[in-house]
Amino acid sequence: MMEAALQALLQLMLLLAVAPLVSGFIKKLKARLQTRRGPGLFQPYRDLYKLLRKGMVIPGTASWLFTATPYFVFLTAILAGLMIPMVSAEAPLALFGGVLAVVYLLGLGRFMTALAGLDTGSSFGGLGSSREMTISALAEPAMMLAIFTVAIGANSTSLAEIVKAAVGQQWHFLAPSQMLAFAALFLVLIAETGRIPVDNPATHLELTMIHEAMILEYSGPYLALIEWGGAIKQLLLMMLLINCFWPFGLEAGWSAPGVVTGLVYLLLKLAALSCAIVLVETTNAKMRLFRVPELLAVAFTLGALALASTFLF
Amino acid sequence: MPAVDLLFNACLSVFLAGAVAGLVSLWRPAGARFLAFGLALCGSLLDIAASVATLAQGSTLLWNLPCGVPVFSWSVRLDPLSAYFCLALGILGAAVSIYSFGYLRDWKKPRNAGALGFFYNLLLLSLVLVFTAANAFFFLVAWEVMALATYCLVSFEHEKEETRQAGVLFLIMSHAGTGLQLIAFLLLAVAAGGLDFSSFHLLASRLPAGEQGAIFVLFFLGFGVKAGIIPIHVWLPAAHPVAPSNISALMSGIVIKAGIYGMARVFFDFFDVPPLWAGILVLAIGVVSALLGVLYALMEHDLKRLLAYHSIENIGIILIGFGAALMFHSLGHPTLAAIALIAGLYHTLNHAIFKCLLFLGAGAVLHATHTRNMEKMGGLIRKMPVTAFCFLIGAVAISGLPPLNGFVSEWLTYQALLAGFGTTQSLTRVMFPLAGALLALTAALAAACFVKAFGITFLALPRSAEAEQARETAFSMRLGMAILAVGCVVLGLGASWFLPVFDPITQQALGVRMSSALVASNGFVISAGSPRSGTISTVGIAASLLLLSIVPVLLWLAWGRRSRRTSGPVWDCGLPGLTAANEYTATAFSKPLRMIFSALYRPRREIQAEFEVSPYYPTAIRFESEIEPAFEKHLYDPIKERILALANRMRALQAGSIHAYLAYIFITLIILLLFGARG
Repeated sequence: MMEAALQALLQLMLLLAVAPLVSGFIKKLKARLQTRRGPGLFQPYRDLYKLLRKGMVIPGTASWLFTATPYFVFLTAILAGLMIPMVSAEAPLALFGGVLAVVYLLGLGRFMTALAGLDTGSSFGGLGSSREMTISALAEPAMMLAIFTVAIGANSTSLAEIVKAAVGQQWHFLAPSQMLAFAALFLVLIAETGRIPVDNPATHLELTMIHEAMILEYSGPYLALIEWGGAIKQLLLMMLLINCFWPFGLEAGWSAPGVVTGLVYLLLKLAALSCAIVLVETTNAKMRLFRVPELLAVAFTLGALALASTFLF
Repeated sequence: MPAVDLLFNACLSVFLAGAVAGLVSLWRPAGARFLAFGLALCGSLLDIAASVATLAQGSTLLWNLPCGVPVFSWSVRLDPLSAYFCLALGILGAAVSIYSFGYLRDWKKPRNAGALGFFYNLLLLSLVLVFTAANAFFFLVAWEVMALATYCLVSFEHEKEETRQAGVLFLIMSHAGTGLQLIAFLLLAVAAGGLDFSSFHLLASRLPAGEQGAIFVLFFLGFGVKAGIIPIHVWLPAAHPVAPSNISALMSGIVIKAGIYGMARVFFDFFDVPPLWAGILVLAIGVVSALLGVLYALMEHDLKRLLAYHSIENIGIILIGFGAALMFHSLGHPTLAAIALIAGLYHTLNHAIFKCLLFLGAGAVLHATHTRNMEKMGGLIRKMPVTAFCFLIGAVAISGLPPLNGFVSEWLTYQALLAGFGTTQSLTRVMFPLAGALLALTAALAAACFVKAFGITFLALPRSAEAEQARETAFSMRLGMAILAVGCVVLGLGASWFLPVFDPITQQALGVRMSSALVASNGFVISAGSPRSGTISTVGIAASLLLLSIVPVLLWLAWGRRSRRTSGPVWDCGLPGLTAANEYTATAFSKPLRMIFSALYRPRREIQAEFEVSPYYPTAIRFESEIEPAFEKHLYDPIKERILALANRMRALQAGSIHAYLAYIFITLIILLLFGARG
């Protein structure tokens, strides 16, 4: 019991610490690729610190939902993060839910964010909520097909079991079904984390914004919670991809050396995946909103192909 | 069991007394709502007690109704499956009865309350009998009483044209369904040589394949009309919204579940191992109903119609569970079939509770704002905080989000579908993950739809004077909703303690008990058959969320204490002041989906702008937008036209001459005599 609590605490600390770093790394890398110097690697930490100390303005039209939402976003993200294997093949709270619970917990956070977007009465908020719910709904089946492909391979929806099964067959990730499922999940990752070509995380007050439009009215500590929660959500979706498809370096149990090597591998793999995201972001232009369903249809098709190819291999 | 016997008899008598009280109060209207609805409340509580006792003991009560009509046996059987549906009925009946005290208070004509009380009690009574009748004839009588009581309740506000039309549509379709059931029951009765359900047990599977198929399809369609499966759903979004709101809640909550009960009875009692295609059919119809149901719901801005379409969606989800259970059963996996059946049955109860809650909430809003149009609502979270909170609980539950009850049953459905992939080597197995993916799409669209329903109705600024003047509802109405909201939380968090309820049902239907496999060793974790295949714990999730809230508290203690909260205006792009006209509307909210699925909706819109100087400065704009009702236009209209054309031609028979009619009677008599002589 004590041990489990310690593991949960360690993973919680890592989640809170690594998430802003990944955002900072992606921003920095993107800037370098666009021949800009960009903000420092640790800028997100400074931003969070600054926001936490700032005062905040609550819109007069907003109800209690507006104040409750940042907590929901933050808490569901860290709880989902504790259900995903991070530095060991075991996740601390794996018993409380597997991959389906992770997806639905993130869904709860999104549900509340979308309501908060409508709560202020600003038309930007409604616009963001409407688009976010549409895109996430269309991303859902693709995500589920890819997840099912992995879950069927492991015969379980528990992420610890999935990762252990993947660790067991080291080079399994080169199988066509795995590669197709990876591609599908990668597209979903782009859509869910609001990156180009689906959404642009770097814009404020543009008519094309989606996620930013919903949280436009937030400021101060609430904004910090939402931003941090968003960074953790991005991190855990990346971990989902990394640890289910490239499980090397993870040990089956928790041990001090295992955790250290696991962490080193995790950071390396996160860096590699971030590079892929940055490449996609810099080489693509943002899509029109009504082209996004096509992208997600591609993801769905890839997921269906992944499933079909489990027949062949 | 004498105790159950007594409770059940008392329940039936109290409902009957309630109906009589309703009739009597037509003449003495003063205490109508207290007497009729008070008795309905007592009856519901007795019904809960009887079903809980039956489920706890796993027993079966057999009893003959002392009816006085010979020939047919008026036998009643309260077995675990019946008791489960009676339990759902009792919970809903109790909550709706309490709600009705306040709901009827402001009615202009108190005499109507008596009539409503009569039909209301009659509906509850007939539902108990539908769930417990153990004889085909008795079942059909109860079914018919239920349909007629529902018809009278649907057409209660018959002053409106819309209501009358919906009532007639309901009546026609309901009877078409009953007709199909009647044929199927007759086919079974011929084979069994009797009308008792006990003689139908496992009988259908012993019949020749063709007859088996016919019986299955007839029952599926016959009960499907009541349940509202696509494409025989059109009556549902017409009839549910026009009824008084407490009745809509009961209809969407439990009356459509009579169809589900019928299917469960036929699929898992009358059939032993159904053919594989039957399961595939149910699964496919389930997926289609779920997806189209939610897609049509998204386009509604009439709050009650939106909820009615969601009933179609959820019936689809229930049928996904049932279909998977049938397929697993035919493929020889009774334990998996039991998980899928539990998923379907659990969702039946969950949907009953949260849909009833949402309809009661919609009723409260309608009561306060006098409109069903969401575009005229808004800002109600401040005027009606309790109603808003209860509606939010229902919205989270119906969207299948953790840790509430909808999540548990959807999770079980996913797990069953996933495990289904390993049950066969043929191509059929691809159906399971595909159904799972479409279920995911359905659930995500439902979440989008409830963001719209809750957000537009309750949040931001009021969009009309009525919404501005809305007041919180009466205490009893809030109490009725609160009971159901608590039900959503309890069935969510307490899922692992509730699952043993299904043991006697699966034992009876499939011969397996699942609770030891579904509840992991420490009691608060649900597993999908075995702990290895995946676990969830809604209690764990809720507790962790509470525990983790230490983190933001610590953050606040460390840095946030200096932060000051001020209230300010919303960013309005520099315009002077935000008004309700700036807000996003329900139509705008669903616009992206209307564009993306335009092949299905075929939207049509018309904009007329009047201007004096330049088209850029219009003085008035008229905007009209509608989607094509595909099923009504392409399926029902042609049928309707054929029937009308046929009726036109038959008019020649109605010559109006008494001689002709006498001749018809004579000819019929001769034909019947010839027929009789031949037999």
